[in-house]
Amino acid sequence: MCSRSPDRAAAAPAFALAAMLLLLTACEREERRFEPPSPGARVKTEQRASMIASYERNAYAVATGKRLWTWYNCNGCHAYGGGASGPALIDDVWIYGGDALSIYTTIAEGRPNGMPAYGGRVPEDQLWQLTAYVRSLAGFATRDSAPNRDDALLTRPPEALGDTRKPETAHPSGATVQP
Amino acid sequence: MPAHDYASTRYSPLSEISTANVGSLRLAFTFSTGVLRGHEAAPIVAAGMMYIATPYPNIVYALNLAAPGAPLAWKFEAKPDAFAQGVACCDVVNRGAVYADGRLFVNALDNSTIALEAKSGKVLWRYRSGDVRAGETRIMAPLVVKDRVLIGNAGSEFGVRGWLAALDTSSGREAWRAYSTGPDRDVLIGADYRPFYAKEKGADLGVSTWPRDAWKRGGGTAGSWISYDPDLDLIYYGTAKPAPGNAEQRPGDNKFTSGLFARAARNGEARWFYQLTPHDEFHYDAGNENILIDLALPGGVRKTLVHPDSNGYVYVMDRTTGEVISATPFVHVTSSRGVELDTGVLRYTPDRQQRTGIVVRDICPASAGGKNWQPSAYSPRTRLVYIPHQNLCQDEEAIQVSYIAGTPYMGAIVKMMPGPGGHRGILTAWDPVAARAAWTIREDLPVWSGALATAGDVVFYGTMDGWFKAVDAKDGKALWQFKTGSGIVGQPIAYRGPDGKQYVAVLSGVGGWAGAVVARDLDVRDGSAAHGFANAVPDLPLRTTKGGMLYVFALP
Repeated sequence: MCSRSPDRAAAAPAFALAAMLLLLTACEREERRFEPPSPGARVKTEQRASMIASYERNAYAVATGKRLWTWYNCNGCHAYGGGASGPALIDDVWIYGGDALSIYTTIAEGRPNGMPAYGGRVPEDQLWQLTAYVRSLAGFATRDSAPNRDDALLTRPPEALGDTRKPETAHPSGATVQP
Repeated sequence: MPAHDYASTRYSPLSEISTANVGSLRLAFTFSTGVLRGHEAAPIVAAGMMYIATPYPNIVYALNLAAPGAPLAWKFEAKPDAFAQGVACCDVVNRGAVYADGRLFVNALDNSTIALEAKSGKVLWRYRSGDVRAGETRIMAPLVVKDRVLIGNAGSEFGVRGWLAALDTSSGREAWRAYSTGPDRDVLIGADYRPFYAKEKGADLGVSTWPRDAWKRGGGTAGSWISYDPDLDLIYYGTAKPAPGNAEQRPGDNKFTSGLFARAARNGEARWFYQLTPHDEFHYDAGNENILIDLALPGGVRKTLVHPDSNGYVYVMDRTTGEVISATPFVHVTSSRGVELDTGVLRYTPDRQQRTGIVVRDICPASAGGKNWQPSAYSPRTRLVYIPHQNLCQDEEAIQVSYIAGTPYMGAIVKMMPGPGGHRGILTAWDPVAARAAWTIREDLPVWSGALATAGDVVFYGTMDGWFKAVDAKDGKALWQFKTGSGIVGQPIAYRGPDGKQYVAVLSGVGGWAGAVVARDLDVRDGSAAHGFANAVPDLPLRTTKGGMLYVFALP
């Protein structure tokens, strides 16, 4: 529901302001971005921070990222978050950083230990959708934007239901833990 | 060589350590490899040294057995391309080096084969024969036959095209290469090819049993065990599963995947082929070891090949002709209903077959197989084959998959689980003549280590929670055990030291496909992690921890 409530606004202005903020946040969940970065376009670093939030809080972006996860064979190496030849992503250990920009960079540019670069091969928009989905696997997307069901054989609790965020821990190999 | 001999018996003729005294076996020395991944290698003992090949980053250590405590004589670091780690399907293991004529040959994960001077560790040559960016890796132990080193690629999961090649031992130059898919000239099928069964005959089956061009990324890699019969001058090896994992995307028998090849060692020409799991829908592979033994069967002594396959059957075959003499389940099987011996056909169970988008339940054995890479041993004294293996079933859903070079070409969601009885591992002593188990030992965790049989009638194997065990070869009675630091997935060996005493050695260090959840820090809350193995061993991270260490035992 994205309509505003004038009755309540009149009765309690402070409450209304809070409610509006909440509703505005909730609206992001349903928002469709009709002007995504054009295919092949490179987004400037300073623009990225604001883009991150808009993808992560948007159910459509996260759900699309989830579909791409299988389309682009991410599942082949990382399974459905538990990992295989690639590292687990539902845990709290991030070899190259778990903030959205680091995850984006990992997907776009690849990493030397076996992560291939997807940048330049898939549209910029999809890289951000994948980033948002990886964040949701780790429990960093908002609960209302993260998917809550699987289309195929369920192998772990749905992204929106599992609270996978754990306190910061040190990793024996010196990997960083984010955020 | 890791398999002890060309026949791959893993039988040591040493008898100093016997059923009578093995109970007093003591630790002689240890050595830390400094590597934390799955240690699947067999230590190799030759010329007064012990050679250890570690998992990635593929270090070779030479220990001087003549000096007290076996100090390090030299160390070689292969420094393979780090990218290989991400495309090694299951763990970054290495199955051991091989020694021949003063040289040591070892593979590295990035498809390098390296020849070292055994005395000094000096590099004689290095040859890289695969592309990690396409998903090719190398984990096998090479085999040296005369002046050739035999190697094969791995990476069926990534849709690479399988091959086996022979390199010149003195230069590393490729003498021949035999592909597992494609036209006959690539597969080295010519005038000498005489398969036993009609289903293996025809022109260019490596093309015609696939959808158009699918053979080019059809898997069937040959990176596992190789055996050799010097009298017949034939090598024997199995090919891996076809790609992709979603079988509906590759209608046909998908030759020459998931089957056994016999080839002339000198030129690689195929003599026979037998496809154990045609159109493999279960990711079974046929890379398990082939034990070449002559068996007194009804009707006379025959030159046989004994192959306990992933698909759940022990195959006893005539290794001259490729005829299946018997094929008997050694584990619970629901995916098929037996092998027709007159046609060689494996009869599948209709309701266990894949359909895209449908969850198929209770597939036994699981895709890790009734048995996987872990090599069996054969004792000519008991005439039993000691098979270390697992008891796992799985649920699976096939999903549509696209080929993207360097990414897995799978198309299957898998969740494995314990088979009937709830125990996940078994050591089976198999009578290949009677085609039945003589005795079995149940283990809670999959038995992912190799087996060793000795003339002292002792069988050694290890468990994934770190116990190194000795049992009576005749009846399986427990005789001795020792708790090592990490889970054991390596290959035990017996050797005579420079002091004349018998020693038993094994590498501890959990990993491999079964131990990947520990070795690779996977998250077992996702049952599909490690290609579904996580669902079968969610307790493993609490049962063992990483750590590569050599343990050597002797009598006091």
